[in-house]
Amino acid sequence: MDAILNQVPIGIAIGAVLLLAALGLNFTFGQMGVINMAHGEFMMVGAYTAFVTHAWFDLNPDYALLLAVPAAFALTGLLGLALEAGVIRHFYGRPLDTLLLTFGVGLVLQQIARDVFGAPNVDVPAPAWLAGGVDVLGIRLHHARLFILALAVLCVVAIAYYLNRSRPGRQMRAVLHNRDLAAITGIPTRRVDATTFFLGSGLAGIAGVALTLIGPTGPTLGHNYIVDAFLVVVVGGLGQLRGTILAALALGLLNAFSEFWTDASLAKVIVFVAIIGFLQARPQGMFTVRSRALT
Amino acid sequence: MGRARPGSAATSLLAATTLALSGCGPAGGSEDGDTVRVGMLHSLSGTMAISEVTVRDSVQLAIDEINDDGGVLGRQIEPIEEDGASDEATFAEKAQKLLQSDDVATVFGGWTSASRKAMLPVFERNNGLLWYPVQYEGLEASDNIVYTGATTNQQIVPALDYLVEQGHESLYLIGSDYVFPRTANQIITAYAEANDLEIIEEEYTPLGHTEYSTITGEIEREEPDAVFNTLNGDSNVSFFQQLRSAGVTPDDTPVLSVSVAEQEIDGIGVENIEGHPVAWNYYQTTETPANEDFVSAFQDAYGEDRVTSDPMQSAYNAVYLWAAAVEEAESFEVDDVRAALDGIERDAPEGPITIDGDTQHLAKTSRVGEVNEDGLIDQVWSSEEPIEPDPYLTGYDWADDITEVEEGE
Repeated sequence: MDAILNQVPIGIAIGAVLLLAALGLNFTFGQMGVINMAHGEFMMVGAYTAFVTHAWFDLNPDYALLLAVPAAFALTGLLGLALEAGVIRHFYGRPLDTLLLTFGVGLVLQQIARDVFGAPNVDVPAPAWLAGGVDVLGIRLHHARLFILALAVLCVVAIAYYLNRSRPGRQMRAVLHNRDLAAITGIPTRRVDATTFFLGSGLAGIAGVALTLIGPTGPTLGHNYIVDAFLVVVVGGLGQLRGTILAALALGLLNAFSEFWTDASLAKVIVFVAIIGFLQARPQGMFTVRSRALT
Repeated sequence: MGRARPGSAATSLLAATTLALSGCGPAGGSEDGDTVRVGMLHSLSGTMAISEVTVRDSVQLAIDEINDDGGVLGRQIEPIEEDGASDEATFAEKAQKLLQSDDVATVFGGWTSASRKAMLPVFERNNGLLWYPVQYEGLEASDNIVYTGATTNQQIVPALDYLVEQGHESLYLIGSDYVFPRTANQIITAYAEANDLEIIEEEYTPLGHTEYSTITGEIEREEPDAVFNTLNGDSNVSFFQQLRSAGVTPDDTPVLSVSVAEQEIDGIGVENIEGHPVAWNYYQTTETPANEDFVSAFQDAYGEDRVTSDPMQSAYNAVYLWAAAVEEAESFEVDDVRAALDGIERDAPEGPITIDGDTQHLAKTSRVGEVNEDGLIDQVWSSEEPIEPDPYLTGYDWADDITEVEEGE
């Protein structure tokens, strides 16, 4: 019984990783409908930011990771801003072109990482205080996982506050609901688009820093997570924060339990079959935007 | 993935540089001139490039050294380089090209079992000779391949002997989901039955898997005496990181790996794997005079920060063994060279090695080491004497059922 209970925090932890990876996509893909294939590479840039704060600036690994979080957010956010302004802006409404272009940008970023840091994986030492774990009611919770969970919760709270309470956040939602009407009321939709892209990309950077705690840090890091991240956003419903959260948790738990009862290869199959089944029943995902638009 | 164009451009560039480096005659040189062509076939692109490029560098080093010493039978070795691109179909295609168009005397190359199995029919059809440098799952002995890495009775079986010697009574098996780990675990299970070892669990994850919390959770819960790890590639990084954050230390539960060498340790993070055992036949720290020369020659050629590993050393030996067999046969013809293979000896960096003519494997010393704080591996156990190769495990009663394993991925 303990063993089964143990899968709950593991599932939540997997969900937290998925959630962090998907939060940024929730903005760029969910809110704006831009399929940014370079999103995974933004995570990779975030992961290398963690490496650089430790290795180049020679900071104590005990707090280098904490500094890497805002640094990665800013860096990948600016990168996203540049991508939006330089490339994607000119291709709004042309999803196929955007997909191919951003895929190309992703390959370029990978190659730059390979040239700068070398093809082998680099080592990002985890802070000593993240090793080990605590036992709560017979369930083992790892510090690294708790840290990722805390980071995900923090991001969600910040996003929810931003979208619901702040003026630019509300403008973002207005643009999502009805772009033309929002423009007529004087909302600068161009600037809102840029901000959305900045936030979405920055969140990818934060996810990248967190991923260094649980996986290899190499030029192709983004590839491991990008498909799962898209799945979470699609299952949750486009542009729906609560949908993204629920979908990430559901997929995480499903993954943990199917791996527990079968094995890792079969668990992947089960998750995919479940997603296909779910999307057959609800093609629009868990939640949809209620809008008065006629489209 | 559009590999044809950039691949071939990179290859010809590399071939040009190697030509310039080895300072031999015009590219048209054939066996009738003063050079002899050999093939080098490794993945210079794709996911295996990280590992295979190091092996390529070692083969190149051996060729340069032999050329500086006057070559083989008075001829300079002229390497023809091709890129296997981490894709077994490409390996087969390039092997065909090397044997038929370039008419090479022999080929050094391959890493994954999939690439070897793809090249095998090509070499058998064309009666070529392939020198394969990596430890593998055994159960193979082609006349057209010389296996210079370890077979199972020189790596996995001694590693199990070591674990039993250390008093371990239960094992947890974790591996990537393909032919090598599955075959290895079959051997381990048969060994365990014969030696009163308990196998607690046998788990496989897809290649490239990064989520190991279910498995580390199980290891914490079941508390096996030791873990036998046949994971390959990047998965090792996630596994060892998550194992450490689960609080499993090498003192509680040592994780013995057979696919983690010096080259991989830095990416895994020394702090994550320090103290865990690994099983190979050679370490950069192996104390032989030949190894001192090899390590310093390699670092002179490629940089002080480069490490040397078992597959690199096996590939380096392969060139010298081939040259010795050619000198012995006084011919570059594959049939003559093969007839001369039996009994060829060499004082290699890993110690004395001898070719067994029947199986075309090497007798070699088995070693278990522990990862130290510098990211190198210190030997903690060795078989002292070279172990005769036994790819079909015919000398082990408990292994009777294993020789029937079906081939494939």
